[in-house]
Amino acid sequence: MTEALLEVTDLRKHYPVRAGVLRRQVGTVHAVDGVSFSVGAGETLGLVGESGCGKSTVARSVLRLVEPTSGQIRLDGEDITRLSKTALRPHRRSMQIVFQDPFASLNPRMTAGDIVGEPLAVHGLASGKALEARTARLFEQVGLRSDQMRNFPHQFSGGQRQRICIARALALEPRLIVCDEPVSALDVSIQAQVINLLIDLQRQHGFSYLFIAHDLAVVAHISHRVAVMYLGRIVEIAHKDELFRNPRHPYTQALLASVPVANPLAKKLAPLVDGDVPSPVNPPPGCAFHTRCRFAMERCKIDRPALVEAGDGHQVACLLNEGTGQKNPIP
Amino acid sequence: MAAIDYEVELRRAGAYAPGGWRRVLFLAQRHVLGAAGLVIMTLFVFTAIFADFIARYDPLTIDAARALGRPSLSHWMGTDSFGRDVFSRIIHGARISLAVGIGSTALGGSIGVVVGLTSGYLSGWVDLVFQRVSDVLQALPLLVLALIMTAALGPSLPNVIIAIAIPLIPTVSRVIRANTLALRELPFIEAAKSIGMSEMRIAVRHVLPNTLAPLIVLATAQLGSTILTEASLSFLGLGIPEPYPSWGRMLSESAAEYVRTAPWLVIFPGIAISLAVFGANLFGDALRDILDPRQRG
Repeated sequence: MTEALLEVTDLRKHYPVRAGVLRRQVGTVHAVDGVSFSVGAGETLGLVGESGCGKSTVARSVLRLVEPTSGQIRLDGEDITRLSKTALRPHRRSMQIVFQDPFASLNPRMTAGDIVGEPLAVHGLASGKALEARTARLFEQVGLRSDQMRNFPHQFSGGQRQRICIARALALEPRLIVCDEPVSALDVSIQAQVINLLIDLQRQHGFSYLFIAHDLAVVAHISHRVAVMYLGRIVEIAHKDELFRNPRHPYTQALLASVPVANPLAKKLAPLVDGDVPSPVNPPPGCAFHTRCRFAMERCKIDRPALVEAGDGHQVACLLNEGTGQKNPIP
Repeated sequence: MAAIDYEVELRRAGAYAPGGWRRVLFLAQRHVLGAAGLVIMTLFVFTAIFADFIARYDPLTIDAARALGRPSLSHWMGTDSFGRDVFSRIIHGARISLAVGIGSTALGGSIGVVVGLTSGYLSGWVDLVFQRVSDVLQALPLLVLALIMTAALGPSLPNVIIAIAIPLIPTVSRVIRANTLALRELPFIEAAKSIGMSEMRIAVRHVLPNTLAPLIVLATAQLGSTILTEASLSFLGLGIPEPYPSWGRMLSESAAEYVRTAPWLVIFPGIAISLAVFGANLFGDALRDILDPRQRG
């Protein structure tokens, strides 16, 4: 793999839970609890997991939209975790974000052209006619007509709005675009268009994606590597093909087994997991998944498994995989 | 049962709402009371601007020979105890009322916006301090606070404007703050952060324009109450000093002494105040309905 563009080490984000008149801290939400991964130049890392597992918090922490509690974020080898707002500003150009909700992520009182051109204006990269020309080019790059620049967000459809968001993210020619469930709010037919646009743009410009989603099919289509998150931790990272063909973590297996099959006659498999995700306020000790795992042992309640290499860049955080040396110890 | 005419229903729901002047006409048809309010307000502004041409006499000229004259063809609303033409004084009084109304709403409104934006956007201890000061100001009624202010500053037009503006600040800042708090969490603000905009620029470019609708509504609604407060202050002798015609003072001068012998001295300024406040409130209510989609029926 090429030199890592983004390197996240042991990222944690804890939110205090306060209650009572004195606002005393009664607990801590472990939204992100020790996450490490890297994204190479020109690579797409898919990040999947259930709602509330901390995917979006990871995305926002990487962009420093929320301040991480601890851990380190390195962009292009430089530690940006503790940079001041002013010092961070030049780095902002290198990373941009596309949000889930295309309705709330555009200022309703600005024209589409102003929205897309704003990053260029803010960084003093273009003004006047040049700004207009560059904005028009960005519109064409994402498949919109340049005469639509005068329109307001409410005059666009969901898919078009998401294209505006993508154009805004592209404006600064970033090296990393964080996509926080960019297609979850869209129609299936529109989803495919937007995903293919994202893939085409990556081919043309060679930037990296940190692509967050809960739809495995979408992630499989766009990602090079996939990381699976559960309750604030990454439980497995592997190359896309490897992960889908040979999932090692019981949670990943359950996740893959839960993908609906587009065949009404297909035999329904019994779900591999029961129950709900435990509360992140006081996550279970040891392995976070032991409360729902089919293979849980006594040790799983005590020892927290580390994310370890299991060959071929396939990393798993499961005690079953530790030191067994077996290719696939889980039946 | 009659068949539903969808064309008519859609039109009534505003589906084909046109733009420009036709839109104004369209809205006027749907908000008859609001349109009436707008007409009253326009009349009011027009009167204030062209007072010199409309008034038939100088509002300050004293003529003892004509004192306490009944309404007649030459003096439509009669004359007061100094022989001044009441109609002319009411016309010129519109100027004072409008100056106080617009002046104090604009002053209180703009300070309120700055306070509300800073408070909501920065939060933390700044917010805490601003909000507790607001609590103290809001604990006192508008009139009492204005009364204290004018008593401290002394009666003059600018002082009255300031005195009425200050109690408005917490009202406006509360609304702006609440809006800012809600807007702050929206992704387009996060997007603005991620493109590297400064907090100040985000507040002005992204937050402020989105709080304008409630602000306009609040300002119009407050316009009526500021006019009323000025009248009350003048009535209590702390407003616009003599001899300038203020509706409130005209009322207070004559209420006790002449209400039986020369009722026109009480009735006409009273009507002027009621009409102006009524117009401002009608217009403000309609504006709220038009600008707030959730209120649309």
